[in-house]
Amino acid sequence: MWDLCTHALDAVRLRRATYADVRVMHTRQRDLTTKNGQVGTLAQSETIGIGIRVVANGAWGFASTDRLTREGVAACATQAVAIAKASALAKRADVVLAPEEAYVDSWQSPLRKDPFEMPLEKQLEHLLAVDAEMRRVKGVTLTETGMQFRKIDQWFASSIGSRIHQRKVQSGCGIAATSFQSDEIQKRSYPNSFGGQYALQGYELIESLDLLRHAPRVAEEAVALHSAAQCPERTGTLILAGDQLGLQIHESIGHPIELDRVLGQEANFAGTSFLTLDQLNRLKYASEIVNVVADARLEHGPGLGTFAYDDEGVPAQCTDIIKDGQFRGYLSNRETAHLIGLSRSSGTMRTESWNRLPIIRMTNVSLLPGTWRLDDLVADTDEAILMETNRSWSIDDRRYQFQFSTEIGWEIKGGKKTRMFKNPSYSGITTEFWKSCDAICSRDHWTLWGTPNCGKGQPMQTMGTGHGAAPARFCNVKIGSAFAKS
Amino acid sequence: MSSPGPSQSLHSVRDLRRIVENVLRLAKLAGAGEAEVHIDETTDALTRFANNGIHQNVAEQGLTISIRTATDGRTARATTNRTDEDSLRGAIEASLSLAHSQPRDPRLLPMPGRQRYRSVSRFVAQTAALTPEERARAVRRVCDLAGRRGQVAAGIFASGQMQTAMGNSRGLFAAYRQTRAEFSVTMQEEGATSWAKANSASVAGFNSLELAQRASDKAHRSTGPRELEPGRYTVILEPAAVLDLVGFLFYDFAATALEDKRSCLNGRIGKQVFGKNITIRDDVYHPLQLGVPFDGEGLPRQRVLLVDGGVPKNLVYSCYAARRAHKKPTGHGFPLPNEYGEAPMNLVFSGGKADLDQMIGSTERGLLVTRLWYIREVDPYEKVLTGMTRDGLFLVEKGRVTTAVRNFRFNQSILEMLRKVELLGPAVRATGEEAFEMVVPAMKIRDFHFTEVTKF
Repeated sequence: MWDLCTHALDAVRLRRATYADVRVMHTRQRDLTTKNGQVGTLAQSETIGIGIRVVANGAWGFASTDRLTREGVAACATQAVAIAKASALAKRADVVLAPEEAYVDSWQSPLRKDPFEMPLEKQLEHLLAVDAEMRRVKGVTLTETGMQFRKIDQWFASSIGSRIHQRKVQSGCGIAATSFQSDEIQKRSYPNSFGGQYALQGYELIESLDLLRHAPRVAEEAVALHSAAQCPERTGTLILAGDQLGLQIHESIGHPIELDRVLGQEANFAGTSFLTLDQLNRLKYASEIVNVVADARLEHGPGLGTFAYDDEGVPAQCTDIIKDGQFRGYLSNRETAHLIGLSRSSGTMRTESWNRLPIIRMTNVSLLPGTWRLDDLVADTDEAILMETNRSWSIDDRRYQFQFSTEIGWEIKGGKKTRMFKNPSYSGITTEFWKSCDAICSRDHWTLWGTPNCGKGQPMQTMGTGHGAAPARFCNVKIGSAFAKS
Repeated sequence: MSSPGPSQSLHSVRDLRRIVENVLRLAKLAGAGEAEVHIDETTDALTRFANNGIHQNVAEQGLTISIRTATDGRTARATTNRTDEDSLRGAIEASLSLAHSQPRDPRLLPMPGRQRYRSVSRFVAQTAALTPEERARAVRRVCDLAGRRGQVAAGIFASGQMQTAMGNSRGLFAAYRQTRAEFSVTMQEEGATSWAKANSASVAGFNSLELAQRASDKAHRSTGPRELEPGRYTVILEPAAVLDLVGFLFYDFAATALEDKRSCLNGRIGKQVFGKNITIRDDVYHPLQLGVPFDGEGLPRQRVLLVDGGVPKNLVYSCYAARRAHKKPTGHGFPLPNEYGEAPMNLVFSGGKADLDQMIGSTERGLLVTRLWYIREVDPYEKVLTGMTRDGLFLVEKGRVTTAVRNFRFNQSILEMLRKVELLGPAVRATGEEAFEMVVPAMKIRDFHFTEVTKF
């Protein structure tokens, strides 16, 4: 692959590109699902190709192809330069990149059990057993299980001399039981909704989640929700379980800190951000116990936002986003770092595949753990609703006003978890919500959640991001408005 | 000299047939009982602009071959974008190996045989040949317009071509190609924004500068928004806003969704679910539609009357769902194996005669909605959706647009909404960001439920 990378760099240099980087990516994926005890999807796929990004005449161009011959790569390189020169017809200013060192390195994400080397029969048998366990529960009308594995090899070369190979293996799995009764559909999922939990791990992730043990509870809760009380509409105390808090972080912290959004580059699609440049180091984002980092390093955990180098060849870093409640940092790249006074990119450029341009992306944007044990937090709470597992999520295009609903809620009364609520929801304004956080659970309760389906960019790219979270408590939150009748 | 457009890149149908036949031959040699081949080929380019200049500009070219084998009641799929013979053999082996790893499924149907397809022509050479310079010049005109008006433009101009072909060991072969051009623009002025978007098989199907002017005028009118109390309002939804809401209904018309009891139409087929002025068809052959005229199983798509006068009448069926329901397949199946079955992908709503001015003129107090954003399903059976208004929300008073309004969050059942449609505009091809393109009218609707307001 390095020959093709070198050939591409030589080709664009000949055509007077002033900067170039090249990615050959080979992605293998396996998808297994079951539904109601039958195999659903059973598929394997691979895709390989090259993406060439150049600066010529002071503007960007990008072209990609799956024709991995010298001729195919040369034609792609020619096209990338031609596109850059066309971009220059309507450029605002010449592209300037923050300096970065050249790296020659090879890195592989750690794993104990390669899911692609394991017998497929065993994986399917496991899913079918879990599916059967959920179907034992009377009142369940639909059972679904799934696993997904991905192995990504990436060869990155740039005109400043970097040559970086990375291999990442991702695994994910999830189960769900749905119950339709009396004009109502209720659903429970484990370990998370919308596909489950994903991480930069091998099959050991699946084993650690013990799907079989959780299957009966998931199914029973789906049925029990029909006879649960409707979540009340009120302003009050809210405790979010870690699975829901991960998505809350994603939507109300992770996206607003993307510097491309802040600078208007996503104005036509994903939107902009309330975190205008004048807010940096000035805005009180959250209460003083809230500390949030964007950390792509392996020591943060095997998240979907973990890597050794980003897709601009910048090493993984940890950036303070919120420190003691104060807004401290953005996600930047080599082109935008100088706009916030940095001499170097924070290393967050990521691409979905060889045929997509790297763009600024969340890495692992995580809420650092606090000090509470969950039992103590519940015992300390006089009246609240504990909400678990996302059902819907929505936020405005500047990331102020959000609304989430979850699969299940629990009434907390007098320091005890008392009864189940169905159809829970809550809403608020981002900074008001985070300023109301008064307790965060400890590392014992902290999980690095994987969000595999974050969409951004045009053409659309789907990216996996990580969000570490432990249960946390919020005060004076508007609860129940999604189901308000008037 | 202009750089080349992507037009040279697509394979001929003869080439595709040759690839299909070669894969089927290799599959037979490998011992597959039956085999099916899908080929998808794309060349696409997209010029992206923001802050009145181009900041991203990309092109892609790719071809994938997807192979399904079925032997003794077991089927699986393997996909690759490597076209050399060793890689194709590897994909066939992967498909066979995946298939053999599962229990036998006695319900697995044989692959369909040769079919007859209606010819559909949606390939425009001028669009296939569009160059980055042509897109850049169009973008520059839009950015110049924004600059002259003290506004900031962001958007995309995309063009490309795709083709898909499929064949199987029972003699089925189908192929289709189309071009696509798309332009969308957001104009920003003093914190206010507005937006316009169009797509078509032909780049001549829209005028990018006119779209930009429309967005620009609206952005100007959106400045200084007034905050209103949330509550129930009469709304006039422009077609893009209608599209992004009703797009959430499409999967509910899948027979498999009803069998799985996850459709909002369970227990509602044949009943007056919507207003009598709501009629919905699925029609890939409609002149304003794009899309492949055969489904993932290779069957020709049929026109299906889904809702007639507010009453859900028919569903769409894959081969398997049709067998279960003792119906004929309608040509809406997804590629097998899958757990979702089928869905109508080319919705066409019947329109009315009221134009936007008539809707506004007949409104004592209401809101004019340009588009909606970040729509998600809150209640799957009552079909309550939440989301935000975006890029132009205006108060209508006594038949006139009077002022811009701060954006609202809504929580609204679309079943209820489609019972409260007072006026319909002519059905047009609409494009948004939450649902695939459809043919829908603007609608005037009473009692639309806004629950909260945001800060802009």
